[in-house]
Amino acid sequence: MWRYLIRRLLWAMMLFLAVTVVTYVIFFIIPANPAALVAGKSATLEDIQRAEHFLGTDRPVYIQYLKFLDRLVLDQSLGTSFATRQDVNDIVGRAAPVTASLVLGGAVFWMLLALPVGIMSALRPRSLLDRAAMVFVLIGISAHPVWLGLIFIYTFSYKLGLTPISGYCDMINPSTECGGPAQWAHHLILPWATFMILFAAQYVRMIRANVMETLNEDYVRTARAKGAPESRVLRSHVLRNALLVVVTMLGMDIGLALGGAIFTEAVYGLPGLGQVALESIYAYDLPITQGVVVFGTLSIIVFNLFVDLFYAMIDPRIRLS
Amino acid sequence: MALLEVNDLRTYFRTDDGVVKAVDGVNFTVEKGKTLGIVGESGCGKSVTCLTMMGLNNKRNTTSTGEALFKGENLLTMKQSRLREIRGDDIAMIFQDPMTSLNPVHSIGKQLIEAVLLHRDVSKKQARLRALELLQAVGIPRAESRIDDYPHQFSGGMRQRVMIAMALINEPDLLIADEPTTALDVTTQAQILDLMKKLQQDFHTAIVIITHDLGVVAETADEVVVMYAGRVAERGPVDEIFARPHHPYTWGLLGSLPRLDADVERLVQIQGQPPSLLNPPKGCRFHPRCPYVMNVCKTKEPQLEPVPGSTLHVQACHLDPETKDREAAKLAAGVLAEAM
Repeated sequence: MWRYLIRRLLWAMMLFLAVTVVTYVIFFIIPANPAALVAGKSATLEDIQRAEHFLGTDRPVYIQYLKFLDRLVLDQSLGTSFATRQDVNDIVGRAAPVTASLVLGGAVFWMLLALPVGIMSALRPRSLLDRAAMVFVLIGISAHPVWLGLIFIYTFSYKLGLTPISGYCDMINPSTECGGPAQWAHHLILPWATFMILFAAQYVRMIRANVMETLNEDYVRTARAKGAPESRVLRSHVLRNALLVVVTMLGMDIGLALGGAIFTEAVYGLPGLGQVALESIYAYDLPITQGVVVFGTLSIIVFNLFVDLFYAMIDPRIRLS
Repeated sequence: MALLEVNDLRTYFRTDDGVVKAVDGVNFTVEKGKTLGIVGESGCGKSVTCLTMMGLNNKRNTTSTGEALFKGENLLTMKQSRLREIRGDDIAMIFQDPMTSLNPVHSIGKQLIEAVLLHRDVSKKQARLRALELLQAVGIPRAESRIDDYPHQFSGGMRQRVMIAMALINEPDLLIADEPTTALDVTTQAQILDLMKKLQQDFHTAIVIITHDLGVVAETADEVVVMYAGRVAERGPVDEIFARPHHPYTWGLLGSLPRLDADVERLVQIQGQPPSLLNPPKGCRFHPRCPYVMNVCKTKEPQLEPVPGSTLHVQACHLDPETKDREAAKLAAGVLAEAM
């Protein structure tokens, strides 16, 4: 168990270094100078050089990278923004809860939809429900989040006036305008629904396939031969096995989405990590971009580790050694 | 009254290609505490017969007719809830592949206890004791420490022992064993068969054993049903079937066994493939592969008729009894191979 954890953590570190190095390299291949942007429109060449020196971008790339690592490891700091001099830890810290609310809430919604629909279509293949679900899957997989978002906003916010058009409300710390769990959920309901349709489509298909496959397993027949009622067969013998794979995929998807759900955040004006990353890239603000990348990488690593540990807990065939 | 009486059992599967008549008019009876062996090639309907009795076929595309009277109650038409009470309690089943027949995510103890709790109103603790008792009875070493192990921690033979323990845990009157030794190696096969015979005596259980292995039948069965293409070719007490087989298909099966007692030049081989059950051959279903085929075989389906001089031994073949006796004698002498 501990050996397994240590090995996984070493791998995680390798992955982390690789991802951050690539971000640095890409950033310096882009033919743009953040210092020129910082120094302003009327800056002289001398001003720009002073700005470069101030930001540290006049040093070689590897020195900058090592300084970034040094700051991160020793001070647990992601540095300060090139453009606004704000602490990047603060920026990521403000944006992360927004993205987390969107993704985790969305995950609850899509699972609530995908589980019953997937299971029911597996139990009654070729039924009306199954066929309707497959049409839904096709739409969900083909649709783009921005397109869905615009349709939702037009229908529910603009025409029906049921929800806010865009923006975010903090759940815990009420700001001057709004706050609290009710407002929070009210602002997020459309983004959640968007997430639900996009992801539920894939999950319905996966759950259906897995449940159908498990229904044909010999041990399911054994359970029936024992005299177990159908509900028990389904709960204790079919789902337990069929949902193992779903757990893996869920963990990976959540980890990935936490890095920034750019389209959904953009269309609903949510100040999450996706938005922050997008703006920082436009502004050549490397520390912020790197901050979001660091957070995204960490969330993927953590969720994958979590999935592995959980898997070992629910599947006795897997031993972490 | 016989424990189990199967009358004109038919099971048809609707497929995209047409109706597959997997079982097409099967009759047999099983007496209390006795063993019936059902033999035949793969796909002759032996497993489907038993799955039909247990109501374990896919309901969506299956039609079953006829009767399977268990203690006078028809298993095919009774309510699902009643059938569930019988399954695992009065009739238990073990399957061919012990590697896949146990649920990989539950410990074997949990699966055994589930079998008890589904049918008995006892505490979990009592059920666990009962599970331990059965694991010991089927010869799992150190049962106390292994009861919480998972199926993947057992070998194939040990898993089949667990399956047997699970089947017998509620002391069923009838145990249906669907090729219980096919997936096991030879030494393990013998152990499992011995175990089943011993437990049959201890528990007074009747057994229906499905197999394609005549050796298994000879060792375990009191009565034999030889099935071919969804129908019964021959049926009778095990001694008579082996000593005086009266159907060319049975001759083929028996002749294909290696012999220790006779110097056999060549083993008999039944030519051709089992017929498609979508369009079974007209007349006798065995006629395209039968070396003794006559014109009548191609048009008229033979019915089960008693073998002269025997009451329990029945067969479905148009050949005259004298020829049959002659050929059966040749088979016993080990010189039938030339004829086939």
